[in-house]
Amino acid sequence: MNLVEEWGITLAVFLPLLGAIVIVLTPKGMESIQKVLALAATGAALLVGLALTFAFEHGEPGMQFEKSLSWIPSIDSNYHVGIDGISLPLLVLSVLVCFLCIIYACWHIPEPGNAKAFLALILLLETGMNGSFIALDLVLFFVFWELVLVPMYFLIGIWGGENRQYASIKFFLYTLFGSVFMLLGFLALYFQSDPHTFDMLLLQESGVLDIPAGLASLIFGGLALGFAVKVPMWPFHTWLPDAHTQAPTIGSVLLAAVLLKMGTYGFMRIAIPILPGPAMQFAPVIAVLAAIAIVYGALCCLAQTNLKRMIAFSSVGHMGFVMLGISTMTPEGFNAAVFGMVAHGVVTGMLFFLAGSIKERYHTYEMPELAGMGLKIPKMAGLLAFCAIASLGLPGLAGFWGEVMALLASYQPLEGLDPTIFRGAMVVGAIGTVLTAGYFLWMLQRVNMGKISEKWKKVKLADVETLEYAAWLPLLALILVLGLYPRLIMDTTTSSVTALTETITGRSSGDDAHVAQVTDH
Amino acid sequence: MDVNFEALLPELLLTLVACGVMTIDLFLPKEKRGLAFPLAFIGVLATLAAVLNLYGQNLTTLDGMFVVDRFAVIFKIIFCVAALLVFAVSQAYLNDDKDVPHGEYYTMMLFSLLGMLTIASSRDLIAIFVALEMISLPAFILAGIRKYDIRSNEAALKFFLFGVLSTALMLFGMSLFYGLTGATNLADISAGLAGRTDIDEVALLAILFLIVGFGFKVSAFPFQWWVPDTYEGAPIPVAAFLSVASKTAGFVGLFQVMFLGLGELADMWRPMFAVIGIVTMTFGNLVAIQQKQIVRLLAYSSIAQAGYMLVPLGVASATDGALNTQIIFSVVAYLLVYAFMETGAFAAATAFGRKTGKYLIEDYAGLFGRSPALAVAMAAFLFSLAGIPPFAGWWAKFVIFKTLIEGDGLVLAVIMALNTVIAMFFYLAVVKKMFVDKSEDTAAIAMPRSLAGAIGIAAIVITVGGFLPNLFGQLAENANFF
Repeated sequence: MNLVEEWGITLAVFLPLLGAIVIVLTPKGMESIQKVLALAATGAALLVGLALTFAFEHGEPGMQFEKSLSWIPSIDSNYHVGIDGISLPLLVLSVLVCFLCIIYACWHIPEPGNAKAFLALILLLETGMNGSFIALDLVLFFVFWELVLVPMYFLIGIWGGENRQYASIKFFLYTLFGSVFMLLGFLALYFQSDPHTFDMLLLQESGVLDIPAGLASLIFGGLALGFAVKVPMWPFHTWLPDAHTQAPTIGSVLLAAVLLKMGTYGFMRIAIPILPGPAMQFAPVIAVLAAIAIVYGALCCLAQTNLKRMIAFSSVGHMGFVMLGISTMTPEGFNAAVFGMVAHGVVTGMLFFLAGSIKERYHTYEMPELAGMGLKIPKMAGLLAFCAIASLGLPGLAGFWGEVMALLASYQPLEGLDPTIFRGAMVVGAIGTVLTAGYFLWMLQRVNMGKISEKWKKVKLADVETLEYAAWLPLLALILVLGLYPRLIMDTTTSSVTALTETITGRSSGDDAHVAQVTDH
Repeated sequence: MDVNFEALLPELLLTLVACGVMTIDLFLPKEKRGLAFPLAFIGVLATLAAVLNLYGQNLTTLDGMFVVDRFAVIFKIIFCVAALLVFAVSQAYLNDDKDVPHGEYYTMMLFSLLGMLTIASSRDLIAIFVALEMISLPAFILAGIRKYDIRSNEAALKFFLFGVLSTALMLFGMSLFYGLTGATNLADISAGLAGRTDIDEVALLAILFLIVGFGFKVSAFPFQWWVPDTYEGAPIPVAAFLSVASKTAGFVGLFQVMFLGLGELADMWRPMFAVIGIVTMTFGNLVAIQQKQIVRLLAYSSIAQAGYMLVPLGVASATDGALNTQIIFSVVAYLLVYAFMETGAFAAATAFGRKTGKYLIEDYAGLFGRSPALAVAMAAFLFSLAGIPPFAGWWAKFVIFKTLIEGDGLVLAVIMALNTVIAMFFYLAVVKKMFVDKSEDTAAIAMPRSLAGAIGIAAIVITVGGFLPNLFGQLAENANFF
């Protein structure tokens, strides 16, 4: 157990990287060996993730398994890592989804093949994603954050759909645009803190950061831009439908299940606790944007005829609920956000898997051509119905809790925030849930029901295969378990999100005192 | 005058090597002329050993003109390593191009390298001027060494005319400072300028002239016009040499003159560098987007890179030594990383060009399918130049940003941030060609060992350095005069 506590989170990050290096060194064409290696690396990371879950003191608010090593002394940056109740669920989600993606890749490597490069890139991507969730140093976080760009660019660019070139470049430039401003924000934090530090935990302590209010808002704006592009918040979402639709199945799954969470996690880990004053100031704006995203996402979904694009747009709405929860700054809201992140990761990840497998059989995502799937491949259609209903937020399934708790939390945001705006956002969000139910049910009607088109009448199609089940069963089980027993996540998160709210109330009142002092002078 | 020969050992050794290579080549039969490469390579290795031997020492000789300190030694190491990489690339290139005389080629490179080693130690205007000329003159010849090729002639002529004009102006600027202070030694100039308030106009003019000279060497706007044509016409290894070693030498001279000699006048030159840096990077990046030819793309990208390294001087201070230390640290760190990623990119372009004779970006289509290792290495160099982790370029950009924020240059930092996004666009365009597009030609690119070695070493250094940037950081921290 000692190994896990000392080095567990580090292993979870670097085992996949090690796997990637080994895979790159194997000769081309040894596909089965490369697959085994990838399974071993991601499986080992998953085991480490599970071991961490058991070793973790659930209910403790602070950081656990902390580790701090000298990394780049010339710029005061350390390899400082650790996890708390907010990061643990995301880390576990990430290692789980990556493992399942590799299983799925064993079933099918998309055109134009080249298993070696494909698997190595997924593993490199996993290193970046896992690292983002454990980093407690801003520079380290930045490196992991940017590390996901290159592999995801290649995954979309090489193995993507017809419009992959446009989508991959758009994804890259958009994220880069956000992240350079995030970086400038990090540097500004460094020079505004006393003593100068990149350490997230130190920066959260009161007294370390002493910034004039105007500059603080500017810095928050820079950080928020970087995170908002990644989430993506409306109106920075336009890269998402293209990237998700064009990416290969596994790329879409990873994008939806894990990558987007890096943005919302950034808000909760960095922007809000370090700059609580401006966070309170911006919270109503975030709430309004989140409400717009919920309705806008749903309306866009209603307009889609392409199944995958519809699922992609549904992410905009779901992440809107997550952001709405965050914007309330209350423990309930944050809990809703973390739960929403995990639930969205599991449900939407699963939906993208299904969309990919459907495309493998029908060679199209166009819903009119898929009509009558319930007759043709009933098991697949059943799974699609299950996941769609989970995604629209049926009680008893995973999608429900995140949404309903976010709505409840926005009835009573943290003291100091104007409840009127948040209640308005709540009403809009509630309308959004109705629209969400609408487009998912309509999708089911168009795809699962109806008459089989002439083209497919005579052709035999394979229903769900064993390897697909292997990749999907854990997710399907989680959808049910999380829906029935939400405490599985809440028990871990509650203490940490409560501490987060306490940081906000403690620090922002302290900042107010500072502002008052300045006006006194 | 006492001469400390120990301090001069690397330079003396290199002079012997250069003369030796030239003389031996005269007596070699035509089919053995390839011998110049191993001789020059081993000669530079020996010089590098002599340089490393001086690490940590503080020696002054020739009446304070020539100084050996950590700053000097670290740059000498960079120059030698860059030269070794360029030699390795040259070997493959010269084997293909039968018209280039090997002996002269390596001799000229060695003499140019001698100038670079000298400039790192020069603490006197005259010494700096002589060293700069020593770097440039062989480089003019190298640019035109493919004398049967009209483009090579054009390259040399443009390079020469711009070079002579800018050095003449720089010399004029130096003479003005001599007139103002009665000294050529940088420390004496600094002392002579201290507290003087009656010299504004002349000093301003003199600084402008100096900037012309160094601006030409580091290819800063508006003195960069020669760069694309010269890089394109010259043999590619020579272009790599110019864009890495020669540019670094320009920065070395610039640091010495600006911080050691004219530190008192920082208020005067600071805004100039802020403007030049911003314009240079924006110009380089915007024009690079339209390039269809890989060497021209790298040329414009190297102009933009010069801009990144110039802006930190735009926050320099006449009084804050700690800030100036940070500025030098960040630019040195950038130069260290740049040496590997830029040489690597040129080496990869050479590898591709020697098989196909083509340098169009279009021809790179499908390279990943043909030669995956080469494509991955090239992509690594381009991502590094763009500043994307896990390659060391991210750290180089990071320290520049850090310096800008520390010096209250938020506007400069924001403009540079936007520039990195613009730059990503054309780097990605090349990556896309190699990885996404398909080609009819599926033959692998054959690579001689020396070239593969150079590419491999550069790729490993920037990858490892991306994860452990302190390898560069420690060196860069030591390379400081304050």
